[in-house]
This record gives sequence, C-alpha cells and structure tokens, in this order.
Amino acid sequence: MGLEKHWSETVFDLILDQDISLVSFVPDAGLSQLIDLCVAHDAVQTVRLTSEEEGVSLAMGSWLGGKKSLLLMQSSGVGNCVNMLSMLNTCQVPLPMIVTMRGDWGEFNPWQVPMGQGTESVLKEMGVTTFKAQRDDEVGEFAEGAIRLAFNTYRATAVLIGQRILGAKTFGR
Amino acid sequence: MALLHRRKVVARLLSPRGDDLLVVAGLGAPAWDITSAGDHPLNFPMWGGMGGALAVGLGLALAQPEKRILVITGDGELLMGLNSLATVGVSQPTNLAIVTLDNEVYGETGKQKTHTGFGVDLSAVAASCGFQNSSIITSYSELDNFTQQLGSDGLMFAQVKVDAESDQLVLPPRDGALLKNRFRESLLGSSCHFAN
Repeated sequence: MGLEKHWSETVFDLILDQDISLVSFVPDAGLSQLIDLCVAHDAVQTVRLTSEEEGVSLAMGSWLGGKKSLLLMQSSGVGNCVNMLSMLNTCQVPLPMIVTMRGDWGEFNPWQVPMGQGTESVLKEMGVTTFKAQRDDEVGEFAEGAIRLAFNTYRATAVLIGQRILGAKTFGR
Repeated sequence: MALLHRRKVVARLLSPRGDDLLVVAGLGAPAWDITSAGDHPLNFPMWGGMGGALAVGLGLALAQPEKRILVITGDGELLMGLNSLATVGVSQPTNLAIVTLDNEVYGETGKQKTHTGFGVDLSAVAASCGFQNSSIITSYSELDNFTQQLGSDGLMFAQVKVDAESDQLVLPPRDGALLKNRFRESLLGSSCHFAN
C-alpha cells in the first residue's frame, strides 16, 4: 500500500500530460500536496486566489489566450463561484475543477455542512458535470475523465473528493 | 475641473489600435464603450460575470505574455471584485493595464452612487496592492500620457474620473461562444478549432 502513488501525484501527472499550464487555487489541507507539486514545477504557472470565483474568470481569460487551466478549491468555495460559472456555460469554456469536500463524511464543524451537502447540486445547477470520488483509487481515474471531458467538449467539470478519502478534520477530538 | 467623457476616453485609448492589443471590457457601459470605438475580434466585452473583468484580464495576460492586455471596466464592476487587485498585484504581470472609468454611479441601474462616490480611492487601493504605476486621471493630457505608456512594459492602473452621462447604446454581439471563438481565432489562428 505504501508504494502506491498518492492521488495528488496522479493528478499532477495528468496536468503535465494534458498540457495544463495554469493552476489556480484557494488552499485546502486536502490539496496541499497537489498545490506544492504545482508551485514547484516550472511548466505550471500558479495563481493564488483570494476567492474561488477569481479562478473561474481567470480560466475564461486563459482560454481566450489559448492556455488550459485547472482550478483547485475546497467545497465551501463552490458557493463563491456560482454567478461566475454562468460565464463558462454561456461562452462554452472548458474548466476542470478539483474540489476537496468539507461538510461530508465524519465532519466535526456544523457550519461546514450546509455548503458541503449542497456542493454537488449547486455545481450541477450551474451546468458543471460532476464526479464524486469516495475511494482513493477513484480520484486519478475520475480526474482523467473530468479533464478530458472538459477540454474535449468545452465545458466545466468537477471532481469532488470525499472526506472519506481525505480524512475528516477533527479539531483534536 | 470638467470631468472627462467615457466615450472620448475609450476612443483615445483604442485608436489608433495596434494588433498586439487585447481588450477586455467589464459588463455594462464599458462593453458598449469599446464597441462604440469599433467592434473588433480582439475585444472581449462581458455581458455578465460582474467582478470578473480583472481576473479575465489576468488569465489572458499570463497566457499571452507578448501581448498588451487592456481591461476597461467601471467603478461598480471593479468594486465587486476589488480583491482581484490584490491577486493581480501578487502576480505582477507586466503586460496588463487596467482602466477604471469612474463615474461614481451604477449607470445601468438608475445611477445609484457607488463607494467611489463616498470617497473610496481605487488608485490608492491598487497602489497598496502592488501597482507601482497607479494614478487618478482627470485630464486628456494625463490620459494621452497613460495611452503612450501602454506601448511599453509595465503593470498599470488608472482611475479615470468621467461624468455620469449615459451614452447611446452600442451593443456588441451577445453570443458568448461567438465572442470567445472569434477572439481565439483572431489571436491563435483557425488551427485553434482543430487542436485537442
């Protein structure tokens, strides 16, 4: 088991393989390894965002300029993106997103639950195609499918990575 | 001092226009203003996504480092995405210029006052976010100086004080996919439609 690749490495390999040259993010504990890999590699430009919706409009501009981008965020950030997602839908702009879940399996913090439970349906309502991974070995496969679907068919897609995979934040309890 | 007029400001920014200038306009009057100066495939006039114009410009600037990107937006649109001044300031793209046409009102919704009408200084915000070239423009000679600087490298921000008059609507195409595709084709060539 210890020799298996962490999903972050699988997703990072996909970023390089699919010529995704811009990765924007609002940090999340579950994304820290993937963010570190992206920041450290010269082939990938990274933009740290103040709010997730910036990553949506950033992707619009990047695609206008001929470059593929990927957006990383925690599930609570999906709520910050809602109106901006209209732009991707209307303009048929590809954007894969990797969303690490909160308010999900084993959650400690009640304030995270409403957005966490609404994340997937909010994305779907805004025209984003979603894939929710509940097992570690699904993440790489779902990410590949989501990235290909996004750029092949000019749409927004999201892989949701469940807290069952990430481990719930327990605040020491 | 007489305020500047937005259409004259935009006409001076965009004509004459070189092939290396890519223009993003925030929703509402700035989108009509750039269209009034002449519809162009390398214009991206936004019809929605309020607060997103700066980040669209940043994405474009990072993807096309050899081109000059000019974002023209309004004070209300900029205020909705004020945080993007911080994000742009951290990225420091030297090919991005931002012009805010500041009429101190929401012109599309009945001219209700914006925060700049209560004294919020956008150019000071930009400066504190890392824009070394940030100014308030109150004359056409200052504007012409800014326009000249577009020809050389540098991250730029200008808050142009304009009157609150509403001009005749000059609407760009509304189809977002069309606006995107013609922009990409003009910039990248028709081969972009065949790329995987």
